[in-house]
Amino acid sequence: MALSKNAWLSGLRYKGGGTMITWLLHRIGGLAMVLFVGFHIYSAFLTQQFGSNVGVAINTIYESSYFQIVLYFFVIFHAINGLRIIILDLFPKLLEYQRELTWLEWIIIIPIYGLSVFITIMRLSANG
Amino acid sequence: MRSRTVSQPAMSFEYIMWMFTRISGLALLFLGFIGLVMALIMNARNLLDMPTLTRWTFFPNPNHVVNSNIPDVSQGWANAYWQIMEMVIALFGISHGFNGLRVVIEDFIGNTFWQPMIRGVIFLMWLFFIIIAFYVILAS
Repeated sequence: MALSKNAWLSGLRYKGGGTMITWLLHRIGGLAMVLFVGFHIYSAFLTQQFGSNVGVAINTIYESSYFQIVLYFFVIFHAINGLRIIILDLFPKLLEYQRELTWLEWIIIIPIYGLSVFITIMRLSANG
Repeated sequence: MRSRTVSQPAMSFEYIMWMFTRISGLALLFLGFIGLVMALIMNARNLLDMPTLTRWTFFPNPNHVVNSNIPDVSQGWANAYWQIMEMVIALFGISHGFNGLRVVIEDFIGNTFWQPMIRGVIFLMWLFFIIIAFYVILAS
């Protein structure tokens, strides 16, 4: 099928449901982490070996609380969702309950992420 | 609904990387857990605040705990044990990440002329990041 003008709209209307959203977030979060960890290693190397300004500039980006709130979501989601995928791969019989397991996953993620966001915002308001 | 049964896949590159993704993912969770528990045993409750403990859990590098109440990081927080831990985490993490990048890119480009080129570029990036990560770990 040729790509229509509204391909992105029909993509959003795709009825994959909750499990498709976890697949999408797993990929986006994974790519974001590759980017973050790559830049982090690179800037650590530049700062440690050369005391470079480029390293310091990259450091200020990911020391920002706003950046950390987004990153925490991706890391926590990727970890818990990855664990769900591994459990389902080890015990394929559980695939019958993957919708319920996806809800369970969100029930685990939301308190952990909520606590991280709460502490980050408290620090942000304390330090200005 | 019953889960489908599939025959044992052949030992291909894709199958080995599929297994590696699961094993390294579990290993990274386990290694993070070890770092968290060891930090708590080393009195992290009184010495570290929570963001610092989180940084340490993700990657047990002494540079991650310098802004804390630890009087001397060389007493337990920076030694060969943690350097080996860091190297294992870096090796698993970087390999897991770049393999994931390869899987996502190959889902989009398919089996075309570009696939071996992309694989080559990703291999070189993987090698570059492994080398500088080990350099930083051994020098910090």
